Parts: sequence; structure tokens; C-alpha cells
Amino acid sequence: MDRALFRRVTNGIFVGACGLATLIALTALVLILWSLITKGIGGLELKVFTESQPAPGSEGGLANAIVGSILMCGLGMVIALVVGILAGTWLAEYGGQTTYGHVVRFLNDVLLSAPSILVGLFVYELLVAPFHGFSAYAGAVALAILATPIVTRTTEDILALQPNALREAGMALGASRAFVIRSIIWKAARTGLVTGGLLGFARISGETAPLLFTSLGNQFMNTHMSQPMASLPTTIFQFALSAYDDWQRLAWVGALLIAIAVLSINIIGRILARETHR
Amino acid sequence: MTALAVSETSIKPRNAWGETLFRAACFSAATLLMAALAGVVISLVIGGWPAFKTFGFGFFTSSEWNPVTEVYGAAGPIVGTLITAFLSLVVALPLALGVAVFLVEFCPKPIANPIGVAVELLAGIPSIVYGMWGLFVFAPWFAQHVQLPLVMNAEPGSWMDKLFSGVPNGANIFTASMILAIMILPYMSAVFRELFMTVPAQVREAAYGLGCTPFEVIRSIIVPYVSKGVIGVIMLGLGRALGETMAVTFIIGNAHGFPHSIFDSGSTIASTIANEFTEATGEMHTAALVALGLVLFLITFAVLAVARLLLRGQKH
Repeated sequence: MDRALFRRVTNGIFVGACGLATLIALTALVLILWSLITKGIGGLELKVFTESQPAPGSEGGLANAIVGSILMCGLGMVIALVVGILAGTWLAEYGGQTTYGHVVRFLNDVLLSAPSILVGLFVYELLVAPFHGFSAYAGAVALAILATPIVTRTTEDILALQPNALREAGMALGASRAFVIRSIIWKAARTGLVTGGLLGFARISGETAPLLFTSLGNQFMNTHMSQPMASLPTTIFQFALSAYDDWQRLAWVGALLIAIAVLSINIIGRILARETHR
Repeated sequence: MTALAVSETSIKPRNAWGETLFRAACFSAATLLMAALAGVVISLVIGGWPAFKTFGFGFFTSSEWNPVTEVYGAAGPIVGTLITAFLSLVVALPLALGVAVFLVEFCPKPIANPIGVAVELLAGIPSIVYGMWGLFVFAPWFAQHVQLPLVMNAEPGSWMDKLFSGVPNGANIFTASMILAIMILPYMSAVFRELFMTVPAQVREAAYGLGCTPFEVIRSIIVPYVSKGVIGVIMLGLGRALGETMAVTFIIGNAHGFPHSIFDSGSTIASTIANEFTEATGEMHTAALVALGLVLFLITFAVLAVARLLLRGQKH
């Protein structure tokens, strides 16, 4: 074959293959969302939000799991925001260029993608085994450990984007460094910090593995953090692998709810992120 | 950022206490992060020690996992973890490269961003949703339309028969790997996209100026330009695949011991822990599971560390 033609054909095949790869990825997204909607939307009724989980064969909802998820993610997020923003601030404003800073940044990156089930094991050894009991506190701590690296990372990135002139202006007025960071830099970076929080929240609200042996799950409505507590992901896990049709239907409803929540948090985070970069 | 040209000792702010306190708080938060990672390692070593002590090196080589006789060998889950991670990488890598190249080079600008966001939304879908979809939608379809025909047409005793044998219910190592591939694809393509955008326009245009086709530009200029980063992304994807828990737990079939074909059910380290930990029968069972966790940690830590080191060099 003539060389020019051969090169044109190779190129054409390559472009086609790249397009096909994109098409496959998009098809996967559409197929998954389609299954979620068709299998989940039918069971989406008011009682899902108002009633607790049923015994197989009777009527009920997911209220206890939804409440549990909100409580544990909420507490986990509070811890993650406090630790993550402070740690990110230290990396960006104080010690980020020291050897210690490089080590912290590196280990934070590793923690960011460490398997979540190992975090569950760690919290089990730390908070469950010594106190002889599963608790929602342990679940919240496990979730916090997963969200903190994300918050730290985005905080550092967003603070690094703030112009140095801003810091110098504050200090020229006689403000201390801590005051400049808290009242000027954090304010200027507000949207970015919120984005980091949202991304962390999106990550932990669908997490199942670290909750399996920290908060365990609970078939009743419970708001005491010192006791085992249900959560949407663990309840879905239990229901989906059960042999009962109505439990499996509820699992799909739960999966739809979680997917809607996570995807909308993700999209809001993205919109906010785009605005800060503008 | 820290190099402000103000000598701090010469200034005595009014609230020197506040400054010290705030700085200390930030420093402790950063230290706490390290402590968390150190805590993971220490707790796994302590918790898993009895298993290592009892079974020694046999823990890694034996595939007998029997809670009744209290004999634990982790070869099955370890091999299962490596096979699923590797298979998913083989599938996800070309796809992720394709998506990234398509979005950076060929896609019309106005739709490149929406498509990019849609692909990244795949990364946002929780693992448990992938698991349910895999078990209730993908696995039955796969068993019906791929596995059965393959098994039926394979001559008994041939290499195909050996490779494809297994219960045709779709819950096996291969389908688990495919779901894993879909899960790591968006992470990899997002980083590939960032990498490709760091290639200077002049380099790219110079190659086009020589008359290269887009394929030649990508193969000979762009990919070599970011080659270290490409390996970093591969490691990153591998790290994700190794530690993924819930989706795999749903569809791998959860059988102990050595998998005999790619359509055989198996288990991974993470799925074994997720399935058995709360129901562990005795102290040795728990210790064996924690020891498995330590093995997983060491593998992923090594992989992720290499990934981060390679990617660091590429970041501007």
C-alpha cells in the first residue's frame, strides 16, 4: 500500500478508536443511571422518608438509614473541615516548603487514595475493639479520615492561588500573620474552601466499606451517637444481598437516593470551582 | 508562599499569643494527618501479628482458608486481588487514553467540557451502586450473552475450555474486573487529560508542521513527552483497583482458594475483609483478616507512592 494512504488510514482508525472509547464511557454512565432510575423511581414514595426499615414482607422505608447517614456524615464533615482546613493552611502558609511539609503533603496524597476498608479496620482497632461496642462516633471518625485529605488538598491549592500582595497588604497594616490568614486569605478563598468541603462530602456520603465494622448498622431509628447506627450504604448492602424482593426494591430506591445526592453535590462543587477560577 | 520578605522577629504584633496558638493549631492538624496514616499501619501490624506468627510464610503461599480448623492461608485473595486489578487495568488503560486523547485533540471545543464532566461523573457514582448494577444488571446479561456461548462452543479439554470454565451466573473474576475498569477509567482519563494539556503548544505545532498525522503526533511526541506521568497514572489506577471493596464484594462470587479460570468465582483481599470481619469466629480469624489488610496496605502504599513520585515531576 502506498505510504501516504497507509498513514491516513492508520490515523483514521486511531481517531475512530478514541471516539469509540469515549462512547463506551458515556454508554456506561447512561446504562447505570438508566437502571437506577427504572428500578428505583417506582418505589420512591413518601414513606421511604418517614418510616424505618421493615421486616421482610411488610411495609416500610429507609428513614432510620437516611437519618443515620446524615448524622454520621455531618459529624465526620465537621471534623474533616476543622482538621483539613487547618492542615491545608499550614501547608500553604507556614511549613509547606520544609522537609516536614513535603512529607506531610506526600502522605496526605497517599491517604487520599488509600483503600477505605483499611481505614475502617484502623478505626475498629482504635475505637470499637477497646470499648467493646460499635458506635456512630466510630463511623463518623472513619468518614472524617477519608474526607480530611481531600479538604487538606483543596485548601492548600486554593490558598496558594491567593495573590501574595493580599498578604503583604494585610501585614503592612500591622496585622499578625494569623490575623491575615483568618480574616483576609480565608475570606478571599471562601468559595474554594466550600468546594473542597463539598467534594469531601460527596466522597464520604456513598462510602460503605469503612462503616461496615464501625457503625455496624441498626434496624431501628437511633439518634444516639454512642450506639450502632444504620446508614444508607450499609442498609443498601444488606438489602441488596438479601433474598427478599421487597428489600431488594428498597435497596434500589436507596441507591437512587444516594446517587442523586452524590451527583448533585459533585455538580454544585464543580460549578462553584469554575466560578473561583474565573 | 511562605517566603514573605518580612522578618518576623522584628515585629511584635499585639496578639502574639494568638499567632502562636493559630500556628500551633495548623501544625497539629498537619501532624494529625500523618498520625492517622501511621495509626493505620501500626494498628494493622499489631492486629495481624498473631496470624503472621502462627502461619509464618505459609500465610502467603497456602490457599487453604478454613475458619473451622483455624487454618488461614491468604494466597487465594492475594492472587484474586492482583488478577482483578491487572485485568481491569488492561481494559481501562486504552479506554482512558482514548477518552483523554479524544477530548484534548479531536473533540470540538464546545462539547469537550460537557463530555469531560460526564465521564468524571462516573467517578462520583458510589462504589455500592456499581456493585448493585454489576450484580443485577451486568452479570446476568454477561452470563446469558457472553459466558454461555463461550462455554458451549469450547471443546472439552481445550485451552478455551480451561480458560472459560466456571458456573455461568456472571458473578466471577472477569465481570468484577470489568466493573473495576469502568470505575477507574474516569480517574485515569482525568489525569491523562491534565497531562496532555501540559505539553507546550509549540512542540505539538512543530510536529504538525513537519506533516505528522494526529496519530503520529500523539504516539511520537505527546505520549513520550509525558511518559513519566503516564506510568504515574497507570499506578494510580492500579492503586484504586487494588483497594476497591464494595463493587467487587458484590460480583466476584466470594469463593476462597485459588481461582481456576477467569470465569471462576474468587475473592480479593478487600472483599474477604468486608464479608467476614463482622462475623469472624475467633481471635485467629480476626487476626488473619487484619493481616490480609496489612498485605493490601503494603501493596497499595508501594504502588501509590511510586505513582505520586512519578506524577510530581510532571506537575508544573
